[in-house]
Amino acid sequence: MRRMTTNGSLILTAVAMVAFCSLSWGQMTEADENQRLGMESHIGKLTGRAADAQGTYRRYCVGCHGVLGDGEGENAQWIDPKPRNFTLGIFKCRSTTTGTLPLDSDLYDTIGRGLNSSNMPPWNPLSAQQRADLVAYVKHFSARWVTEKPGEPIQIPPEPEVTAERIKAGQAVFQKVECWKCHGQTGRGNGPSAATLTDDQNRPIQAFNFHDSVRFKCGTTDTDLYRIFMTGLDGTPMPSWSDNIKPDEAWDLVFYLRSLQPMKSKEKEIARQIGLKPGAPSAAPAPAPQQ
Amino acid sequence: MTSARKRLASSVFLASLILSFAVGDAHALPAFARKYGLRCSACHEAWPMLNYFGQKFKDNGYQLMNDRDAPIWQNNGYWPVTMRITPFWHRESTDKVAVDQAPSGQQQITAHGFDVGGLDILSGGTLDKNISFLFVLSSDENALFHFESVNARLDNLFGSPWLNVKMGKFELDNIVSEKRGLTLTSSGGGFQLYHFIPVGDNNIFGQIGDNQFGLEWMGHSANDRTRISAALLGSSDGNVDLLNSNAYSGFFAGSQAFDVGSLGTQRVGFYAMVGQVPTGFLTSGGAPIAGGGFGNKTFSREGFTGIFYLKKLDFQVVTQHGSDNAYFATSTAANNALPAGARSAVWNGAFVETHYVYSPQLIFIQRSEWIRMSQQGIPGTASNLGNIDNYVFGYRYMPFMNSRAGFAWHNEYAWIRQRGGAPDGTDLTSSSVLLGFDFDF
Repeated sequence: MRRMTTNGSLILTAVAMVAFCSLSWGQMTEADENQRLGMESHIGKLTGRAADAQGTYRRYCVGCHGVLGDGEGENAQWIDPKPRNFTLGIFKCRSTTTGTLPLDSDLYDTIGRGLNSSNMPPWNPLSAQQRADLVAYVKHFSARWVTEKPGEPIQIPPEPEVTAERIKAGQAVFQKVECWKCHGQTGRGNGPSAATLTDDQNRPIQAFNFHDSVRFKCGTTDTDLYRIFMTGLDGTPMPSWSDNIKPDEAWDLVFYLRSLQPMKSKEKEIARQIGLKPGAPSAAPAPAPQQ
Repeated sequence: MTSARKRLASSVFLASLILSFAVGDAHALPAFARKYGLRCSACHEAWPMLNYFGQKFKDNGYQLMNDRDAPIWQNNGYWPVTMRITPFWHRESTDKVAVDQAPSGQQQITAHGFDVGGLDILSGGTLDKNISFLFVLSSDENALFHFESVNARLDNLFGSPWLNVKMGKFELDNIVSEKRGLTLTSSGGGFQLYHFIPVGDNNIFGQIGDNQFGLEWMGHSANDRTRISAALLGSSDGNVDLLNSNAYSGFFAGSQAFDVGSLGTQRVGFYAMVGQVPTGFLTSGGAPIAGGGFGNKTFSREGFTGIFYLKKLDFQVVTQHGSDNAYFATSTAANNALPAGARSAVWNGAFVETHYVYSPQLIFIQRSEWIRMSQQGIPGTASNLGNIDNYVFGYRYMPFMNSRAGFAWHNEYAWIRQRGGAPDGTDLTSSSVLLGFDFDF
């Protein structure tokens, strides 16, 4: 009987410890919360304060991102792609190297720009101050911001002049680093690996279809596209290619991908003039049908 | 002024109070919230009053502009329909009503009891990317329906947010819209300034609180800080069929918003409604012939608007300078001679509506409104005849906030006085108290 009591106590203690650890892992304590509400953001001359954003977050963000910032708001179950879990401190749209925290300005730009093809709209009707405060509030959810500093922003060389050679070279880069495995030979997001892609929380995720939109999740400009290659989209299968391709090659890839998008562009016009078709440039022509 | 005319004036005043409540529908669409998974508070300061994000959503043609706005992206089961209804208890009191049994011919009438504010059935959204629509089927408390709004809109033509064209019956593009009003009572539900008609004037047009049939161009900057619009309106006063004449008016509005640090985003703007409408009708057997309006004369309403934030406190300010041609001011058809000395009716007015947004779920409201005649149509008429003072206080409490439905407990008191509006020519005063549920889903 005594032995059973001892065992019972041990089990209870273990359960309590596991519960405590789970609590402290997943949720901030009240002391943590109060301390982190002192979090600030700095964007240019703006200083955002987490404590000032509580009402704004509750009004605009909590339905998807949840009270705890864990991406488990009441609407999360209906949304695809799922809302960001701020407690992980992992963000797609950064100007910093892969694996590092973004700059405050990266988060600020994301809030104002929104994330295309998702439920995250551009929140640019909010004032600059409100957005800066929200950046601080987003940061306060993750302990990473307490223990780490944001990464160094990558260097982006000036954009070269687009030429037919560069577009063709971009197509070769597309093959060389096997973008087609996910994005498909024609850039429609239907590569052989596309169906099995998951994010770092093991949720299905789609590869970008370049024919579907003129905008990317992390911006609309050539520079934004360059940045996406070189920083990667953390939390997704899209890696950083900064160790695999040179800056010139990255620009070539930008020009090639621009030629695929559904908009009028210099790249598209040049590709049309030289008869460049999406796909593997070295692929053998299809055999003539047998008579 | 004859006693019959005074009686008419007070009847028109009382009818306008009732009408202002009957048409006081507002557009808050949980159908949009369901589509996008956003809470009511994302678009509404407190529903149905829009905040800056909600205004931009509306200006984009009910689109978030995330390349997922077209209905093809929605689950097949999604149906963009919303219903709104308001059951309530209210008390209405008017101090001087013409009563046959009263020794003086008039007495105070007070009535109270349970009631309902009619039903609105709203549907809106996108038919395809950058093609949007809205219809609002609105009933009175006896379930008699009419089309409050029916319009389609081509959005972002040539990829520009400055080119949006809408046709049908729609809410005028006033940045302080009565259709987004938070007040509900007979005496305070509508903005008097948006429906004002001088005593003795018969121009029912120019009520900028009413939805109108027409064609609107609207443009805005990417973040909606700058907005401008122009609308060509028919002379049907929002009614179906061509009842009046071949006359048109225009409604123009513009505004600019700017950030003021931690205080919030401030907006200032203007509006103007100018045009011509008929002064009389051809008749058949004494009855007006539809489309037989004649003798078009001019009217105008113009003013400034402002929305000013001081953190949780905001002020909506609207001014108006109004003018009706002498024929309207004296209720004279253009084929008849004007009374001696007849001239335009001219007035000025303003209101300030203040909100204290304690949280997205609790908002306190007050509105103070004043209208002053500066020139009567007939010389010698009391200079203050028809002047209006209106005060409203209330709050709305929404016990929950999600993206599926809106529910508010609403409590409001309103008081209004019209100078010289009583049957005996003295001031006419009314008051309303309302406690009720206001919900949509």
